[in-house]
Amino acid sequence: MTDQSKKTSRTESAGALVPELVAHLREKQEPLRRQWVEQMTAKGLLAGLTPEEAETESATIYDTCVRCLETGQYDGAQAYATRMAERGILRAMTSEQVLGGFLTLRDVYGRSLFARYQGDLARLSAALDVYEPVANKILSIVALAFIEERTKVIQQQQEAIRELSTPVLQLREGLLMLPVIGMIDTQRARQLTEGLLCAIRANRARVVVMDITGVAAVDSKVANHLLQTVQAARLMGATVIVTGVSAAVAQALVAIGVDLTRLDTLSDLQSGIDEADRRLGYKVIKGEETAARHEHIEGR
Amino acid sequence: MEVPILKQGNYLIATVQAAISDAALLELRDELVKRVGTFRTRGVVLDVTVLDVMDSFTARTVRAIASMTKLRGAETVIVGIGPEVAFAMTQLGMTLEGVETALDLDEGLAVLEQGLKGGGNRGR
Repeated sequence: MTDQSKKTSRTESAGALVPELVAHLREKQEPLRRQWVEQMTAKGLLAGLTPEEAETESATIYDTCVRCLETGQYDGAQAYATRMAERGILRAMTSEQVLGGFLTLRDVYGRSLFARYQGDLARLSAALDVYEPVANKILSIVALAFIEERTKVIQQQQEAIRELSTPVLQLREGLLMLPVIGMIDTQRARQLTEGLLCAIRANRARVVVMDITGVAAVDSKVANHLLQTVQAARLMGATVIVTGVSAAVAQALVAIGVDLTRLDTLSDLQSGIDEADRRLGYKVIKGEETAARHEHIEGR
Repeated sequence: MEVPILKQGNYLIATVQAAISDAALLELRDELVKRVGTFRTRGVVLDVTVLDVMDSFTARTVRAIASMTKLRGAETVIVGIGPEVAFAMTQLGMTLEGVETALDLDEGLAVLEQGLKGGGNRGR
């Protein structure tokens, strides 16, 4: 709706100006593009691009922008911006480089308009009226494409972390280990608990060692999540031993007054596994000692 | 009687069948407490595998069964709480604190066996 009205107002007030501007920019394409590339090079915005790449990219961008001005349609710019965002991220170009580049192009176009209409103030202002919205629109398209791309990357990474971070490992028959790493929010706590409960049933586990060395911060919410996990495991007949509570976490828990006395806690993973072995009736004996015992028995 | 109670050696085994009514649950409670004395039972296994929901009444009655049989000299183990039920129960704050639990009938009997030999609760 707004696009429509903008277009009509444009045709009414400065209809003749659009083809004129387009013709002007096409005619001056080579010098203007060159000027643009030079300015970007001077600002160090082309770092990481080969000269040939800079040439072709700048030509494509220049054409795309002029076509947007000519047709009033931004589909081409949109598609190009998305493609560029993907490649820009891949090549680790900063958003500053890309946005800076477009701002420079905007300045170059603007200057050329000033140069052309310097004798005719009314016409210059009309030309700027036509040119400015187009330039702004293209800039916002590029910026949005970049933000979208970044958001997508962040989402993918979060997904990856979520998948990676809740393995349940069987150490011995009846003994599971659950290393918890990173932030625990409600959703992750739920996933973690469900994964653990299913593993308890699948492996017929009776003791679980939950190691929270990798949990940097624990607040009352996280503590409650952990408590619920422990209680749910108990309902399925498995005892949970919590290990790896760091000094900072212990201080924080006591300071906020969370009651974790119902938890079985031990200092580190090793003592947790030792305790689990004891409860399950396992005895771990060093190789040499076993050999010595065998000899002892045989000698008798 | 909706829930059959089986005698196995020193133990009683009650397996809850399908969705049980509140009245049937109370009946089971009374019957279990009675039989614990009659058979000189040392342990009770209450199997709730088929329950896909544990409401607060059921949880309370299960607890009551455990406390009552204990007073009559028999340990009660609840077995067969599935992952979904366990998760839902903790969300609702029903944790059956102080009641012995085990994965299934097999484990439940093992827990009772161990408790008799060790003379104390497992893992506490």
